Amino acid sequence: MTLLITVFAAIISTIVWYFKLHDKKYMLGRLCLMYWGASLMWMVDAIAEYIELKDAFFTPAAADMINDAFLGVCVVALGLIIWLGMLMVKDPGKVLRTVLVKK
Amino acid sequence: MACFAVPVAEAIVTTVITAVVKRKEKKQETKANNSVVEKVETGHIKLSEKLSWLNMMLWGGSILLMFEHVWHGEVVPWFPFLTAAESKEGIVEMLQEMSTVGVGMAVAVTICWCIMVLVADAVVKNTKTSKEASL
Repeated sequence: MTLLITVFAAIISTIVWYFKLHDKKYMLGRLCLMYWGASLMWMVDAIAEYIELKDAFFTPAAADMINDAFLGVCVVALGLIIWLGMLMVKDPGKVLRTVLVKK
Repeated sequence: MACFAVPVAEAIVTTVITAVVKRKEKKQETKANNSVVEKVETGHIKLSEKLSWLNMMLWGGSILLMFEHVWHGEVVPWFPFLTAAESKEGIVEMLQEMSTVGVGMAVAVTICWCIMVLVADAVVKNTKTSKEASL
């Protein structure tokens, strides 16, 4: 579930980057790479788990699925927070600097 | 357990390499700007930029994966920071996981990055060729 949610986050962020925000000032490419990196790592983890559990891998308990889904959402949120942090610190569009200087 | 430690180790190495490459590229650019004869090749992706993609994938992925380990109580804020490192059996199991899953993660990310670099280079080359043909 965590893997699926992260993969969807990676796909959605890549689509948004491709069609709307490919300008470097948004730094969305970094968010995409972060999600893709995590997705790849979880995919390897899932393969290892499948080798160990075989068919049981596809029939997880409901409580585990809910916990994993909740974790997936938190992972996506953490990724967004890291991206926002990078955006604020680097401020490539100079938005923050302009706003602060105006005040 | 600690499978994310392997991508973190790779990320540290690639970050250092990126910093060195970036410094070299800057030196080359300054040299080219000062000399009249030497020309800077434009329209290609810098090696430091390509390496920054790998850094982002490795660091980002590792941080998110570490969060998962914190969630499951495998990483703790007190010494030895990894619950598996508290017993001998746990250490053996952890090292085994690092050498299989951890290495697999690092290899998977690196292979995907290599494919990305090859595709990006091909796209840039094709764009350059089509531009030259139109002139």
